[in-house]
Amino acid sequence: MATSNKTRLVDEMKMQSGQDPNECYQCAKCSAACPVTAAMDLLPHQVIRYLQLGFEEDLAKSNTPWICASCFTCAARCPRDLDLARMMEGIRLVMLRRREGNKFGPADLTPEQLEKLPQQALVSGFRKYNK
Amino acid sequence: MPRTGVFICHCGTNIAGTVDIEKAVEASRNFPGVVHAADYRYLCSEMGQDLIKKAIVDNQLDRVVVGTCSPRMHEGTFRKAAAEAGLNPYLLEVANIREHCSWVHKDIEEATPKAISLLRAAAAKAVLNESLDAPELEVEKRALVIGGGIAGIQAAIDIAEAGYEVDVVEREPSIGGRMAQLEKTFPTLDCSACILTPKMVEAAQHPNVNLITYSEVEEVKGFVGQFDVKIRQKARSVDPVKCTGCGICYEKCPSKASSEFEMGLSKRKAIYIPFPQAVPNVPVIDRDACLYFTKGRCQICEKECPPQAIVYDQEDEIFERRYGTIIVATGFDQMNPSQYGEYGYGQHPDILTGLEFERLFNASGPTGGKVVRLSDGKPPEKVVFIQCVGSRDKARGMNYCSKICCMYTAKQAILLKEKVPDAKSYVFYIDVRTAGKGYEEFQRRAAEEYDVAYLRGQVGKIFPDGDHLVVHGVDSLSGKIIEIKADMVVLAAASIARADSPELGRIVGINSDSYHFFNEAHPKLKPVETHTAGVFIAGACQAPKDIPDTVAQASAAAVKAVGLLSKEFLKGEACTAEVNQAECSGCLYCEAVCPYSAISPVEIEERYQGGTLKRTVAEVNPALCQGCGSCTVICRSGSINLKGFSNEQILAEVDAICLQR
Ligand SMILES: Cc1cc2nc3c(=O)[nH]c(=O)nc-3n(C[C@H](O)[C@H](O)[C@H](O)COP(=O)(O)OP(=O)(O)OC[C@H]3O[C@@H](n4cnc5c(N)ncnc54)[C@H](O)[C@@H]3O)c2cc1C
Ligand code: SF4
Ligand code: SF4
Repeated sequence: MATSNKTRLVDEMKMQSGQDPNECYQCAKCSAACPVTAAMDLLPHQVIRYLQLGFEEDLAKSNTPWICASCFTCAARCPRDLDLARMMEGIRLVMLRRREGNKFGPADLTPEQLEKLPQQALVSGFRKYNK
Repeated sequence: MPRTGVFICHCGTNIAGTVDIEKAVEASRNFPGVVHAADYRYLCSEMGQDLIKKAIVDNQLDRVVVGTCSPRMHEGTFRKAAAEAGLNPYLLEVANIREHCSWVHKDIEEATPKAISLLRAAAAKAVLNESLDAPELEVEKRALVIGGGIAGIQAAIDIAEAGYEVDVVEREPSIGGRMAQLEKTFPTLDCSACILTPKMVEAAQHPNVNLITYSEVEEVKGFVGQFDVKIRQKARSVDPVKCTGCGICYEKCPSKASSEFEMGLSKRKAIYIPFPQAVPNVPVIDRDACLYFTKGRCQICEKECPPQAIVYDQEDEIFERRYGTIIVATGFDQMNPSQYGEYGYGQHPDILTGLEFERLFNASGPTGGKVVRLSDGKPPEKVVFIQCVGSRDKARGMNYCSKICCMYTAKQAILLKEKVPDAKSYVFYIDVRTAGKGYEEFQRRAAEEYDVAYLRGQVGKIFPDGDHLVVHGVDSLSGKIIEIKADMVVLAAASIARADSPELGRIVGINSDSYHFFNEAHPKLKPVETHTAGVFIAGACQAPKDIPDTVAQASAAAVKAVGLLSKEFLKGEACTAEVNQAECSGCLYCEAVCPYSAISPVEIEERYQGGTLKRTVAEVNPALCQGCGSCTVICRSGSINLKGFSNEQILAEVDAICLQR
C-alpha cells in the first residue's frame, strides 16, 4: 500500500475531520445521494474505500474532493453517522498543505468574474484551493 | 468455636499460576477456627469433592471454606457436596480467588497475599454462618402464554401435549400473528396458511389449551410457581358460545373501516373477523366504526344473525388467574419508513413495505391475489427492492441487522416472477446475509433462475415521473450510478420491537435491550430464560427472527416451562431478610424500597410499663423475598438482617481483611 508522505494522508484527514473511515461499511448511500457525482472521477464511497486501503497516490489524483460541493447530503444520509463532507474537506486541507504554492489566485480570474462573484464565494474559493 | 476446614483449588494453572498455593494453605491453618487445610488440582472434580466430603467426616468439620472460582460458577456444586457429607449447605463459604484474584493479577508476589486476605475473610464469615433452610413453594400447574403468534401457538401446543393446562392471551381477535399475514414462506415456499392453520386449529381444539383472544394482561403479581395475573377480555359484542361463524353479520354490515390485518391497504366491516381462517371464528364489533354505537341506529347484524349471538351491551371482563409459569411471545412490528424522506414512503401508493407487498400475493388480500400497482391496477414491469431500510442504520434507524429481510426479499422476487413472468426485479443491498439451512441456495436461485438483479449499493432518492417511480441509486461494484424507471418500490423496513413492549416488560417484570427487545438471561446458555424466575421468552419479541428459529425457541421455552410445572415443590430463596421486631421502629422505609413487595406492616403487642402496647412493625414474607438486601441498607436502626449476609458477617469479613495489615 502506498504511503508516500511522512504522515499518512488518512491520519491527517482523521485529525482534520474527526471522522474515522474504518467506520464506513461501503453501503454507497453517500454516492447514491450526492448531487454532483456526474462530474466526479471517483464516487464518494470510493474515496472512503481508497482511504481505508491507503491508496493515497490515486486519491491525490482524483478530482472528487475538489468537485464536492460541501452540501452535506451524504452526511445526512449515512447510516453509519459518518460525515463524509467533513472528510472531503479534510482531504482538501491535507492536499493543500502538501502542495507548493497556490492553486489559483485573483490573477486567474477575469475582471468579469471578479465583478460578478460574491465576496463570500471568492473567500471560500481561495480557502478551498489555496495554501 | 466452630471447626473450619479450608480447601484451596489450583484450577489447573488458572489459580496456581499466580497464587502460591502452598503459602495460602499454610496461612489458612492460622485463621481463627481453622482445624484443617488442604489443596487440590481441581476441587470441582468428583475426586476433589470426595476429598472435601471425607475431610468433613474425618475432622468433624462444621464450617467449610473453599478457595476457588466465582460462587456463580460452583457454589452450588460445593454446597451439594457439603450436604452429602451431612453439613447444612449454607455453612460453606466460597472465597473467589480466581475471578477476583488470579485472573486479574500477573504478579504472584501480589496475588498471593490478596488470595490469603480473601480466604481469611471467608473464614471469618464462615464462623458466623448459620444453618438455613430454603422454603418449599407450591407450583400452580398451569402456564400462561402471552401472544398467540406462531411462537405462542407452538409453545402452548407443546405444554398442552406434556399434560399441562395452558392459557394463551392474544390481543387481537384471532391468533396467528404475523405468519397469518404471509403468503409463502422461505426457504421451501410452502404456503403460510397451509402450515399455520392446522396449528391454530390444533391449539384451539386441544383440551389443555384455553385461547383467550381479544385480551390483554393488565397485572402480574407473585413469583415463580404462583403468578397472579389479571387479564382484561375486551368486549367482542358477540356471544362466542352462540356464534356459529356463519359470517352473515359481516356480509350484511353497511359500515366500513380500515383493515388492521391488511395494514390499511383495504377495508373491513365494522363487525369483522380479521382474516378468513381466523381462530376463533367469532367476529368482533369495532365500536368506533359501528353505526349503532356511533349513531344509535342500524342493528342490522343483530337482526340478521341466525343464532342471535350479537350482544351490544357486552362489557370488558376482568378476571384473575394463577399460573406457575409465563411465556412471553409477543412478536414484532415493521418500522414505518416514512421518516426516510428520500424513499417517499406514504406519499405514493406504489411505494410499499415488505409486509404490505406480501399481502398483494394473497388470494384474500387487498388485490385478491393479483400483484398489481395500487395506483392503477396494472401489473408492474419493474420492481425495485431496497434492503436495510432502518436496519444497520445507527444514524436514523436501528443499529442491528433485521435478519429476515434478505430472505423474504428473495422470496418475494421469486413469487413476483411466478405471478408476473414479464416482471424484472432489482434488489439494492449492502450485504446479502443468508446463513441458514437451504438459505444461500434459495437466494442464489433468485439471482440465477429468476433473473433478479442484485445491485450492491443503496438508493439516494426516489421521485415520481409520469407513471413511473425513478429510483436513483448506485452499484458500488461497478462504481456506476444507476437509474431505474420502476413501477413499484418495496422497502425492507426494519423489524422492530412492539411499541408496547416496555410496558409489558414492566407488567411481567422482565427487562429489555436498548431496542426494547426482551432480554434473555444469558446470550448463549440461557436463550429463553429471563432474569425473572419462571418467566420465559420466545420468538421475535426477543430479537428479529424467522419462523424456523421462532418455532425452535418456542419449543425450548415450553420445555423450560414444563420442567417447572412438573415439580411438586420449588426451592425458594434461603437467604431472605429477617426483621428484629423488638428493635424495629415501624418507619417502613424498607417496604418502600423492596422491589418484590415482600415487606408489609404488621401490628404486634408489647409489654410496656406493666400494660400492653400495640405497635406497627415490618414483616418479611420469605416466599416473596429474593434476598436482594435493599431493606437492610435502608433500615436506620439496623433491625433488618439478611440471612447468610448479615451485617455482622459482612463486618467480620471487612475486619478480617483490614485489621490484618
Ligand atoms: C414481510 C415479511 C415476510 C416474512 N416471510 C417469512 C418467511 O417467508 N419465512 C419465515 O420463516 N419467516 C418470515 N417472516 C418472519 C415471521 O413473520 C416471523 O418469524 C414470525 O412471525 C415470528 O413469530 P412470533 O410469534 O414471534 O411473532 P408474531 O408473529 O409477531 O406474533 C406475536 C403475537 O402476539 C400478539 N401480541 C403482541 N403484543 C401482545 C400483548 N401485549 N398481549 C397479547 N398479545 C400480544 C400479536 O397480536 C401476535 O398475534 C417474514 C416477516 C416479514 C415482515
Ligand atoms: S453512506 Fe456512510 S457507510 Fe455508506 S458508503 Fe458512504 S460513508 Fe460509508
Ligand atoms: S457533501 Fe460532497 S460528497 Fe457529500 S453529497 Fe454533497 S457533494 Fe457529494
